[in-house]
Amino acid sequence: MNNCEYQQIDPRTLPTPTPTPHHGPVGDRPEEPKGKPSRKWHVFPGKNRFYCDGRIMVARQSGVLPLTLGLILITSGLFFIFDCPFLVKHLTSCIPVIGGFLFVFVVITLLQTSFTDPGILPRATPDEAADIEKQIDNTGNTSYRPPPRTKEVVINQQVVKLKYCFTCKMFRPPRTSHCSLCDNCVERFDHHCPWVGNCVGKRNYRFFYTFIVSLSFHTAFIFGCVTTHLSLRAQGGKGLVFALQESPGRYPLPLTAVELVICFFSVWSILGLSGFHTYLVASNLTTNEDIKGSWSGKSGEDVTNPYSQRNIFVNCCSVLCGPMPPSLIDRRGFLPADESVQTAGADIELPDLANKSEINVVGGPSQLAPPSPAPPSSQNNSSSA
Amino acid sequence: WELHVAERCKREFHNLQELRHNASLVTKVFVQRDYTEGTVCRFQAKFPSELDNRIERTLLEETVKTLNSYYVEAEKIGGQSYLEGCLACATAYIVFLCMETRYEKVLKKISGYIHEQNEKIYAPRGLLLTDPVERGMRVLEISVFEDRGSGSSSPSSSMSSAGSSAR
Repeated sequence: MNNCEYQQIDPRTLPTPTPTPHHGPVGDRPEEPKGKPSRKWHVFPGKNRFYCDGRIMVARQSGVLPLTLGLILITSGLFFIFDCPFLVKHLTSCIPVIGGFLFVFVVITLLQTSFTDPGILPRATPDEAADIEKQIDNTGNTSYRPPPRTKEVVINQQVVKLKYCFTCKMFRPPRTSHCSLCDNCVERFDHHCPWVGNCVGKRNYRFFYTFIVSLSFHTAFIFGCVTTHLSLRAQGGKGLVFALQESPGRYPLPLTAVELVICFFSVWSILGLSGFHTYLVASNLTTNEDIKGSWSGKSGEDVTNPYSQRNIFVNCCSVLCGPMPPSLIDRRGFLPADESVQTAGADIELPDLANKSEINVVGGPSQLAPPSPAPPSSQNNSSSA
Repeated sequence: WELHVAERCKREFHNLQELRHNASLVTKVFVQRDYTEGTVCRFQAKFPSELDNRIERTLLEETVKTLNSYYVEAEKIGGQSYLEGCLACATAYIVFLCMETRYEKVLKKISGYIHEQNEKIYAPRGLLLTDPVERGMRVLEISVFEDRGSGSSSPSSSMSSAGSSAR
């Protein structure tokens, strides 16, 4: 009786199946069941790198993320070391508090943008891919032809073309795009940001937006503080250059110049970027769509953005305050051996030799029905068990 | 006869692991996403023709409709999601590391619902639903099994109807 208790199939106890041939090309998913259980991130097909056993993921080309972090740390460090003591003495002690808060906010949102899964869509299983090809290829032609590239759906009275992704073997959902740098399809793909070293998509867009807005406040704040500091020093003396050269030994000229230059260029570029993304958020657009001009009516047709709610406030709320969707790629899950068996797409007989006792218990009633011959295909595959 | 009915009841309760241990997989049927309302998660209510003689149309449509309503609840933009979003923003989104979001809570409910549907409705008919979240929310995968223990599909459907009437 206790053999009938529902038991989860433990992938670690299932024997390693011999690989059965798949029909059609399969995605580059190397499934090699090892002796010890491996997690799914080991066989992740995209170009990503994983740390902390799958908890942290970044694009393979981390781009200039170290440079971004370095610039922020150096500029903020110089600010705290050189400007804060003077300003605390001459103005108010709120300055380092505000600066510290902004600095922490910027670093945390930057790391979250870089290390979060942007909304990667896992690739289609071979069964799904075969099903899609079958649906398209209904002439019965068995030779392999590439499926047609687009499918059309109507969303809010707007015709949207869904493209077929040959790498991921599926029709991409609306607003999804395949990033060639990361080799993944990403939902609500905005752009691949080299400064952050990751794609910006559905799941981390709010982190990215918060990062650039807080960074613009932070750089503007530091820029303001540095200029205030220099002007206060210059007031007391004989001009700006004298103020820069005046040294209690701890305030050399090159470092001030470094701070000023970094902040000056950052303020304009980051402010511009924040403004641009505020416009995108208010109209519920992605950078990808804006660059391609998907909804701007360039072709002369009357096209509007079908995803926009026509209200700036509602658009902002739905983009930034919407529910946080979960990661679909399950990096830390264990690779189940039976999944790799079933994706072979043929009749598979799961090993029932170990569960003979179960069969006997439940096999009783089946003896009342006339036994029918087992399908021949499963006999051929029984050797895989 | 009564012994047979009692054994059928016991058997139907454990149909899930029976499917995995006895039956062989015939094919997989996929219910695709319905994008007519945008990017919200929604599955098509169209009944796949391969399942015509395996399950009643209304049962599958009811399951898909309930799943769609769960996803609408998960992705609803309202007071609670605003609160969650603003609180998360104020804490630099660290709160997402500690707290389970509403979406994740609804996904757990969905997984429990699918398990229950499998136990009660789909396993006795030799079918198995796979939670869409395991397929990247692209499809609702229905595995069609041929139950080798009880023979071909027609005896199993008659036995399942006998079992359901005995409940």
